[in-house]
Amino acid sequence: MGHLGTNILFAGNNFQRLLGGLWTTIWIALLSLIIGLILGTILGMLRTLKNRPLRIVLRLYLEFFRIIPTVVLLFLAYYILPRQLNLNLPADQVAVLVFALWVAAEFSDIVRGALISVPQHQRESGLAIGLNHWQLFRYVLLPQALTLELPATINLATRVVKTTSLLMLISVMDVINIGQQIIEANGQTHPNGIFLIYGVIFFFYFIVDYSLSLLAKKVDIAKQH
Amino acid sequence: MTKEILRIEKLNKFYDKRQVLFNIDFSIKQGEVLALLGPSGSGKSTLIRCLNGLEHFSSGNLFFAGKKLVPTEKNWQRLRQKIGMVFQSYDLFPNLNVLDNILLGPTKVQKKNHDQAKQEAISLLQRIGLTDYTAAYPRQLSGGQKQRIAIVRALALHPELMLFDEVTASLDPEMVRGVLEIIKELSEKDNMTMIIVTHEMNFAEQIADRVLFLDDGHVLEETDGKQFFVNAQTKRAREFLESMKF
Amino acid sequence: MDLTVIQAAIPKFVAGFKLTLWMSFTGILGSLIVGLLCSLVQYFKVPVISKVFTGYVELARNTPLLIQLFFLYYAFPVIGWKMSAETCGFVGLTFLGGSYMAEAFSGGFAGIAPNQIDAGKAIGMNQFQLARYVVFPQGLSLSVPALAANVIFLIKETSIFSVIAIPELTNTALDLIGIYYRSNEYLLMLVIAYAIILIPLSIILTILERRVRYGSFGN
Repeated sequence: MGHLGTNILFAGNNFQRLLGGLWTTIWIALLSLIIGLILGTILGMLRTLKNRPLRIVLRLYLEFFRIIPTVVLLFLAYYILPRQLNLNLPADQVAVLVFALWVAAEFSDIVRGALISVPQHQRESGLAIGLNHWQLFRYVLLPQALTLELPATINLATRVVKTTSLLMLISVMDVINIGQQIIEANGQTHPNGIFLIYGVIFFFYFIVDYSLSLLAKKVDIAKQH
Repeated sequence: MTKEILRIEKLNKFYDKRQVLFNIDFSIKQGEVLALLGPSGSGKSTLIRCLNGLEHFSSGNLFFAGKKLVPTEKNWQRLRQKIGMVFQSYDLFPNLNVLDNILLGPTKVQKKNHDQAKQEAISLLQRIGLTDYTAAYPRQLSGGQKQRIAIVRALALHPELMLFDEVTASLDPEMVRGVLEIIKELSEKDNMTMIIVTHEMNFAEQIADRVLFLDDGHVLEETDGKQFFVNAQTKRAREFLESMKF
Repeated sequence: MDLTVIQAAIPKFVAGFKLTLWMSFTGILGSLIVGLLCSLVQYFKVPVISKVFTGYVELARNTPLLIQLFFLYYAFPVIGWKMSAETCGFVGLTFLGGSYMAEAFSGGFAGIAPNQIDAGKAIGMNQFQLARYVVFPQGLSLSVPALAANVIFLIKETSIFSVIAIPELTNTALDLIGIYYRSNEYLLMLVIAYAIILIPLSIILTILERRVRYGSFGN
């Protein structure tokens, strides 16, 4: 490597473009997480109810999203929404939709697991002081479940961040896609620039996910004490 | 004069800055039964765990059969083969059946002949009436059965000293007797040297030749077994005994 | 939905199916070996190497497979390391999976009750004997649920191989869609193909988990 190809990073407006892609990646991840966590909480609560058909439907929903790779889920939405449902969403919204539904499925299982692991006597003492079902959820079960599920939730967030790397597959202008464009435009003049661009992207993902996984470990240890 | 098995001199133990055992001195002779008594948190369990190095003491000396122990991990490993220990939570290996639990020490640690070790294991199981359970896994046994097997597992190494750490504390009341009877028999028939931490005062009274009474990490008194229960020397011990009665 | 379209595509999908299975199998095998090695080195705290392996585990676990593959497939040839797409896939999946498996094994070893270690020490075991007779047999069964989850995860990750043009299932379907513009049929076949692999497998793994749990818990 004659030079590290740093000029490719700062040539023209390359760096701003990369930052722009980064922002796209981040907002898609955040928005999908927020929607997915809210939806997942509701689904998780519903899955603890006694209604059998409802539980089966929600279980099937979870299993579908578990078994089908996220890449395939993305393409399913990407092709089927416009062609079958005549719904022409921009690619970034398709991505948010898919990721949010996927997060909701995974999170519903986390919420359900946490809810059923709140000890039975907590439930009973709540009922004994006259709480109704909703109040029991709201004041007794959910707050306790929340602390139980925190590490798993953070781990889910790290997975969402990693999954955003798939955005380029449906032509979203995320950090990787823009990186690819910069590499292609400068490949002739700066063949080594590819290491730098990929390195920057790699480093970005690493920083975000490594901090999150450190946080998850910390929370997990705190929980055990 | 009977042989001294174990002697502790000026043993101190700290957890970080907090001292939990203070200048403990005692010794135990061949065939003797020593009971460590005292309220919860007095340091009995920590002390008994210091005797085979599961806890490392911060200062002091340990002599086994008259020889001073240099507390390296290797030496502890060697010593532990001569000191059997039984725990409150049984702690059989859940992935091994009863026979393999017992044989692990003799065959893998002491490298004894497998068949011979098996013969011995079976005769030990005979003594506790559990020969039918050689192939059973720990999860299939009751607490009392597990604890009796844990005793056999320790005996299989031919220890010169046995440590019992609250071995009946997790048992259902109806299981306690069977376990205590085995310990008593070990003392009476085999003349086994034993150090016992227990909350079963009646049992301690029957079996202990000597009592070490601990409070807050200090040995408050060391008294003859029979004497302690009728005429303890310290007020603290008398209060403790009173509190154990119902 | 056109059945003739589906019929005509079956041979291609069968080929993709086989390749997905093969790449999953080799990648998972590689991951298990790398993961076990890493977790052993970390368990025994082998000086220096264990630090290096910890670095590797964190790096591989916290970055997307897609970028890892791009490095292998597009960047490395620039400095003269050229590998076939399939080799890149194998190396990439093993690199990623090794870190996940290492975490699973280490989690199992760390999950053993301290009392069990005490019980082993009390019968005079040395470090090696403790590892051999107490930590590994129990730790391995404790790590089975995480290992099983990783197996499913890694099989699904092979779908990302489509970005470096390995003709596995997803790539096959996307190619066909690109050529014939029949997304419904090919996507349906794709979903069914993954279901054929993953539904039976996850049932088998659940049964295995239950067995192992029964065998290892309940002291």
